[in-house]
Amino acid sequence: MRLVLRQREVSADDWTHFEADRAPDADADALIVPLIELRKDEARWQAWPGRLGVRIQPADKVESLAGELDRYALIAVEFPTPSEGRGYTQGRLLRGRLGFTGELRAVGGAVKRDLIFALARCGFDAFELAAAEDPAACIAALGRYTVAYQPAVAGSSPQRLRFSV
Amino acid sequence: MYRYDDLDHTLVSERVAEFRDQTQRFLAGELSEEEYRPLRLRNGLYIQRHAPMLRISIPYGLLSSLQLRKLGDIALRYDRGYGHFTTRQNLQLNWPTLESVPDILEELAAVEMHAIQTSGNCVRNVTADHLAGVAPDELDDPRPYCEIIRQWATLHPEFTYLPRKFKIAVTGSPADRAASEVHDVGLHMRRDQAGNIGFEVLVGGGLGRAPAIGQVIRDFLPLPELLAYLEAILRVYNRYGRRDNIHKARIKVLVKSLGIEQFRAEVESEWQTGRDTAPHLHAAEVDRVRSYFKPLPYASLPDVDATADRELNFRAWYRYNTRPHKTPGYRAVFVSLKAHGRPPGDMTSAQMAALADLADAVSFGLIRVAHDQNLLLTDVRQEDLYRTWLALQAQELATANIGTLTDMIACPGLDFCSLANAGTISVARDIQSRFNDLDYLYDLGEIEIKMSGCMNACGHHHVGHIGILGVEKHGEEWYQITLGGSVNGFTALGEVIGPSVRQHAVPETIERIIEVYLKRRDDGERLIDTYRRIGMAPFKERVYASRAAAA
Repeated sequence: MRLVLRQREVSADDWTHFEADRAPDADADALIVPLIELRKDEARWQAWPGRLGVRIQPADKVESLAGELDRYALIAVEFPTPSEGRGYTQGRLLRGRLGFTGELRAVGGAVKRDLIFALARCGFDAFELAAAEDPAACIAALGRYTVAYQPAVAGSSPQRLRFSV
Repeated sequence: MYRYDDLDHTLVSERVAEFRDQTQRFLAGELSEEEYRPLRLRNGLYIQRHAPMLRISIPYGLLSSLQLRKLGDIALRYDRGYGHFTTRQNLQLNWPTLESVPDILEELAAVEMHAIQTSGNCVRNVTADHLAGVAPDELDDPRPYCEIIRQWATLHPEFTYLPRKFKIAVTGSPADRAASEVHDVGLHMRRDQAGNIGFEVLVGGGLGRAPAIGQVIRDFLPLPELLAYLEAILRVYNRYGRRDNIHKARIKVLVKSLGIEQFRAEVESEWQTGRDTAPHLHAAEVDRVRSYFKPLPYASLPDVDATADRELNFRAWYRYNTRPHKTPGYRAVFVSLKAHGRPPGDMTSAQMAALADLADAVSFGLIRVAHDQNLLLTDVRQEDLYRTWLALQAQELATANIGTLTDMIACPGLDFCSLANAGTISVARDIQSRFNDLDYLYDLGEIEIKMSGCMNACGHHHVGHIGILGVEKHGEEWYQITLGGSVNGFTALGEVIGPSVRQHAVPETIERIIEVYLKRRDDGERLIDTYRRIGMAPFKERVYASRAAAA
């Protein structure tokens, strides 16, 4: 069972990830589809009756989603390795610049407690936890720092900051 | 100097707690080496040849006597009684145990120090002119802006996993003593016509593989926009810098591949678009930080001739190891970490303790680290110079060789570093013993030798008048020699003189280069000037002449 951390609580994931070689269950209410699949057949996904999420890769330009954000209830951003840092900028831009208000979810093997605090400051509000990662430790990580120097995505930072916009 | 407030203290102690947790998980087997690696690297901890190496941050090279004493104390209790000062103005401990690192960090935090971002693919220690605040040629003191950048870059949520490391240098003098043109970003303080402070911004400089000189991306950046503009540069880099090849991941490669015009367009557009959500540097915050760097309470003193009636050795030290100060009656003093026979940049715990005491006695309790691996007491009364010299001599810190051939830069090399291809410490020792005569060194004038044990260029070999790069050939240590590199106001990259030479031949090779210089120099010409005038050919010919032909 895949666990997702949201609002300082961990629960079973209510979303399904699209798999290329398997047709999505007809009763899947909430489906996360890779951007590349979405682009292959826009009409099919426009007609999707349930909630739709899109999964983007580190090299994807988030600006390309600007005109269609209201179609998605969720955007999943990929963090395949701990050293892959583009997703932080993607999160900041989706939230802070493009005004995405749905669930912004960090996914991939690197989503562990050590990254969660910074991810939250970049606008992520959901974390698909890597297998074997301790949920309680991940919740605690959200409160790892009580201060920060720089402003990030509004509302996501500790109360006490040094610099302001 | 800057003092932590509650926010700084809280952040550093929370970071220590986080790192302690990460290290404990690694030691307990909950984190694999692969998982622990990026976490420890963000905190200056490398696993080296013999032991872990901990790199402690010394922001823009400024230390209080309390901090230096603590560094000496930590080196004594957790290490082998010495440390190594680096070209990023930091201090490396070569022998701590992994288990003890969280405790070391906790002790550092108590004296307002840390090891945050001294390694890893993030913004590294911000460096500055070692004469900042005292140099007569200075427009303004760059250190408040270094401190502001340090804080902004610390645990920046968006830029902690960049494609590669990122180095920023700030200078307030036209004479660039911070090697700013070979940094990812170099900031040169400027004033506009109304007298407002701002910066000329250079981008895309760097050493390492494919060295490059920074290019101007903006002539004048107003101070309030400093952080917003840096954020724009880093965002463009974070998005578009290469991540597929570690050797092509520095920002210099992106700047080159886009061209400076296109890169500038990207950054300026990002800056304009992101302005509303980027940090704005408000005057109150600038004033707060600047208040920590006000001129020291200098006495009103006349300039005196400190060398009158003093012995020759003191006069030589005065000439080579001291520099003018903007305040009459004072002088800046280099503490030479280039005593012949000792690894460049190394300092013992006893020396650190003694220098801390001396700083308290004669230099307002402050010490600087220069990027060329010496320390300084920047605010010594001229009337105190003689006793300062005596005290430094007693600690073997008064070798009067600053700016001469034996004041060389060297990374720790193969003896310690797991990246190195070749040794540097023994080569430095051999060169020092070949050029041991100070009078001869003085006759040779200003010569900068810079040596790195591998292509990563921690020893800045590309910008040495004579550069020495350790390379590995068939399991043996060889050395590639370059000529003509320089920084300090005229940045140039050295050119390779010819095939690399074996370790034992390095001093001989340098001797032959010097021979050509002595034969061909015009009055008052430094080696670098003669090289620029006559070119590589005469040097090359002499270096590779057979012994018989040379005789």
